[in-house]
Amino acid sequence: MTDPAAPLIVADRICRDYRLPRATLWGPRPVRSALREVSLTVHEGESVAVIGESGSGKTTLVRILLGLGTPTRGTVTFDGRLVTGTPRSRMLWLRRESGIVFQDPYASLDPRMTAGQIIAEPLRALDIPGNHQDRVAEVLDQVGLTRDSVERYPNEFSGGQRQRIALARAIAHKPRVLVGDEPVSALDVTVRAQVLDLLTQLRHELDLTLVIVSHDIGLVQGMSDTVYVMTDGSVVESGRVERVLADPQHSYTRKLLASVPTFDD
Amino acid sequence: MTSPLIERTDAAATAGARLRRVQPTLVLAILVLVVVLAWAVAPGFFTPVDPVQGDAAAALQAPSFRHLFGTDATGRDMFSRTVYGAIHSLSGAIIAVTVGLVLGTLIGVLAGSIGGVADDILMRLVDVLLAIPALLLALSIIILLGFGTTNAAFAVGITSVAAFARLVRSEVVRVRHSDYVEAAFGSGGRYLAVLVRHVLPNSLTPVIAYAALHFGTAILAISTLGFLGYGAPPPTPEWGLMIAEGRNYVATSWWLTTLPGLVVVLVVVSANRLSAALASRR
Repeated sequence: MTDPAAPLIVADRICRDYRLPRATLWGPRPVRSALREVSLTVHEGESVAVIGESGSGKTTLVRILLGLGTPTRGTVTFDGRLVTGTPRSRMLWLRRESGIVFQDPYASLDPRMTAGQIIAEPLRALDIPGNHQDRVAEVLDQVGLTRDSVERYPNEFSGGQRQRIALARAIAHKPRVLVGDEPVSALDVTVRAQVLDLLTQLRHELDLTLVIVSHDIGLVQGMSDTVYVMTDGSVVESGRVERVLADPQHSYTRKLLASVPTFDD
Repeated sequence: MTSPLIERTDAAATAGARLRRVQPTLVLAILVLVVVLAWAVAPGFFTPVDPVQGDAAAALQAPSFRHLFGTDATGRDMFSRTVYGAIHSLSGAIIAVTVGLVLGTLIGVLAGSIGGVADDILMRLVDVLLAIPALLLALSIIILLGFGTTNAAFAVGITSVAAFARLVRSEVVRVRHSDYVEAAFGSGGRYLAVLVRHVLPNSLTPVIAYAALHFGTAILAISTLGFLGYGAPPPTPEWGLMIAEGRNYVATSWWLTTLPGLVVVLVVVSANRLSAALASRR
């Protein structure tokens, strides 16, 4: 689109503070910083992983990247356009460019809608031209679900299948960026591997830029190009995956790597 | 990822089995409500006797095959009056539930979806409404609007607005923070569209169950107002009024109060049973 060397998503020193309830009657309201000066860059076609334990601010970060949350300070630009400070109603262009998959496939699908309606949701909401039914059938193939899934409700599917529906919804409108907020951590180990394979496969087939948030550093190998390690609202280490895995600089990254179960030594 | 996954979870199958299992009390409750509904729609089909014209020669007769519920002091057939009274109680209850449901849902959705200061203001108003005893509130409204069945029903509806508003608000808040609503916004859904497509349908199940429960309560409340003389004027065969008229004879002619009273109790209990069934169906 623009200069190919220019990054697609740039987050510049984002902070997000939450004001907590007063601890004492007259005292000031304490502030908890979920994000402290987090900067992040995603290039077109790149696969980026944000790794950190729960409470490290990674979900807050992806919400802000997609304009679903607002930072206290700092800016986010997407393809050169400012995301932060834009009202939600004027962010349809960003919705067209992005799709999101949430952690819990049991909570992220409306129980009163059929899989077909769920997957067609972005097509309908964004007024994507073309035959929506055909497109839904096409995405179902891409995520490995049968076409008769269209008429069925979420409670008729298993966890892995539901996550495939969520994935189908996220890519139905052909976004450039797919964001996953812990997309596999609610799934059991074998299903998890399948969904991860599917993510990688879709990324190559559809030339997607991938931003995956996870608590599991074991996931980045073979999947991501760049990794950001977060703890307590700050990025403590970032870089190419091979470099970070082979030569972690920060003690927290080393701690994370040590906790990954391996078969060989 | 070539092999399509086709195994189905058995959640759908068990839900079907639960629906198919016949619950005798539920069947009985629905039967009672259907019969009363039929009374309201076609009272002439159930009794040939006029509910208002009395036969002075047959005053204060005990229940018999000729007069199933006996007769009152002016010789009017009590069964006929009960049958003809169904329309007053049912239409009153429907008005009351509609008023409560519509206004309550409106306030609850506004408070729950806007949040912030609007939520605080609306819910504090609801708290004020809840603080006034229902009967007192209903009587005050009737005095403002004037006596009559419709006004009494409207007043009973107003007294339930607060409870509906609270329930709807809590449901809307719960659904609004769910992942699928977030996902709908993430898919480009606009505020109102998400509210109508996702939040409302998923909030209303417990509200419908509560409406059924309130249907029974409303019949009772309307009868109470009729009993106190704030509802339909005599000689309307309204259930509460009939019970009130019979209470002077309670020592000698028990059927005047007891039998219409039993009908009221049956209808209220049936509505409660139906409400419980609706609430457990998710």
